[in-house]
Amino acid sequence: MLQYIIKRLFQGIPLLIILSLALFLLMMNLGDPIATMGGRTLTRPEDRERLMRQLGLDKPIAVQYLYWLIGNTWTKIDSDGDGIPDKNGTRLGILRGDFGTSLVTRKPVTEMIGERIPNTLILMVASEIVTIVFALVLGIYSALRQYSTLDNILTALLFIGYSMPVFFISLMSMYIFAVLFKKWGWPYLPTVGMFDPQVGKTSAQVLWHMVLPVISLSVIYFAAYSRYIRSTMLEVLSQDYIRTAKSKGLPRRQVVYVHALKNAALPIVTVIGLDLPFLLGGAVVTERIFAWPGMGRLFLDHLSRADISVVMGILMLVATAVVIFQIITDIIYAWLDPRIRYN
Amino acid sequence: MTTASSLPVPQLADDLSTPSLTLWQLGWLRFRRHKMALFGGVVLILLFIFSFGGAFIYTEKYANFNDTSQRLLSPSAEHPFGTDSIGRDILARTIYGGQISLFIGFVAVLIETVLGILVGALAGFYGGAVDAILMRITEALLNIPTIFLLLVMAKFFGGKIPDIHIGERAFSGSVVVIVVIIGATSWMYLARIVRAEFLSWKEREFILAARATGTSNLEIIFYHILPNTFAPIIVSSTLSVANAILSESYISFLGLGVQEPTATWGNMLDKSAKYLDTSPWLWFFPGMLILLTTLGINFLGDGLRDALDPRSRTV
Repeated sequence: MLQYIIKRLFQGIPLLIILSLALFLLMMNLGDPIATMGGRTLTRPEDRERLMRQLGLDKPIAVQYLYWLIGNTWTKIDSDGDGIPDKNGTRLGILRGDFGTSLVTRKPVTEMIGERIPNTLILMVASEIVTIVFALVLGIYSALRQYSTLDNILTALLFIGYSMPVFFISLMSMYIFAVLFKKWGWPYLPTVGMFDPQVGKTSAQVLWHMVLPVISLSVIYFAAYSRYIRSTMLEVLSQDYIRTAKSKGLPRRQVVYVHALKNAALPIVTVIGLDLPFLLGGAVVTERIFAWPGMGRLFLDHLSRADISVVMGILMLVATAVVIFQIITDIIYAWLDPRIRYN
Repeated sequence: MTTASSLPVPQLADDLSTPSLTLWQLGWLRFRRHKMALFGGVVLILLFIFSFGGAFIYTEKYANFNDTSQRLLSPSAEHPFGTDSIGRDILARTIYGGQISLFIGFVAVLIETVLGILVGALAGFYGGAVDAILMRITEALLNIPTIFLLLVMAKFFGGKIPDIHIGERAFSGSVVVIVVIIGATSWMYLARIVRAEFLSWKEREFILAARATGTSNLEIIFYHILPNTFAPIIVSSTLSVANAILSESYISFLGLGVQEPTATWGNMLDKSAKYLDTSPWLWFFPGMLILLTTLGINFLGDGLRDALDPRSRTV
């Protein structure tokens, strides 16, 4: 097993390097990073030259990529512009955990992303839990009562949820639960931010502000998951061992929740595990609409200002998460199904 | 599916046997019974009539005409969908926006399908190093949520293509950018499907026979194997149209997509969150149209999946 994990990790590394190279080439043309540094003041030509040199932007792209990847402490760089390399570089490179410095805030990227990750994760984890719980309950119910009225209604509703753009459900829920409720004098939900600045960042405030984004995200994922759970359960319920269990006279509850669900859990776990990091994609739109200070918004803000190190840092983090979750899913899969052995 | 070769049927059985149906005839028979799919098809036809027929009622000039004294009017007889923040008629804009959104959806999927078939066919047919390289690229692209790729590429190519003039009408160059980047970031799933199909079909006897008669590789790929994989390709591509339209609306919603004055359903929503509490019609109508389109396509795709499933032989 350990051997398998190590093998998978080594397979993931070239993938990430191909991806980082492709993304890095795209980054080079995002816009003028120097123009975004000085804010509104125009950068003087001599300052521009100095900044380009200090940031290493005057180097060929291959060298820039190398510095980004493994840093430049091993080579001398020309710090005063006389054409003679005089000082050792200070960057460590992403492989040694140095994501670089943001061109906009001049803060280390790791620190900036580190500040935002918990906010995104809290949103993701909450919506994932809500999604899975509801999808399990309704998916199993639909499978047990296939083609009943409720199953048909659910199927139709799920199609709508599945086709729903995230921003549309977000705007609609904001309008109903905040605008209309306020108009009718009912208690209404907050629409933007993580907490009310007048109250401060308390858990109650964060929870209260989370309700709408979590509803919006859950509706989208819930539709796909519960359809999947329904079809998986239907398939398992038609297996011979279910008939055996029934004919043994086991109580229905035990047949459904022990014999059927346990076996249906296998593909469900796979789908959930592989999907988890992709939730971050949905976060981009949701965080923008609800002004949630997470990683998705950090990405959008810094993409528009051509802040390469932040954008690259987030992209590589997401891609790494995908690779790691694939491996974790494989491990859980082997643990759930004793027939699977990775050798 | 390969059409069954005309087996020598005994003369006697002629009157008794039912005529054999091709996959497409069988598919149509099954598709007709799928009420949801028919409903989806009808919705899509209506949306096409709305977007392209509506152009006969409102001119594009009217759709882009802004009258700031008519800002944010609620729906009325004169402006059935209301007006937006600079006083443009929303109904006229949804008509012209629909043309662009539907165009982007279908053309992007065309690009996606061509790329997906090429990559999948080459990888599946040749195997070995070709397969390894193409599949590593596919996996690398699958390793990052598409929205991130789309946003980076939209920023990368944005504003580099001049406006396009066709006859009287001018289109923002960003339409081309969006079509290409959506096509270029979505072919990976299709490539995997096509590759898997090719892996199984290339081992069949009729391919061996084709090889034995000296048929060239290209002819085997495109003439002998590819037609057998049409059913899954059609299903996957149909569902992709919904995704392409959603992708366009996401990037336009985030302000990196198709630029004004060219309207799309997505960019009409861009600024609407600001007027959430006062003018819900700003986002309701374009959002509803996107939802109807993706819903119709998903119904249609679901019906096609059932109808074209080669394993199912029930009529």
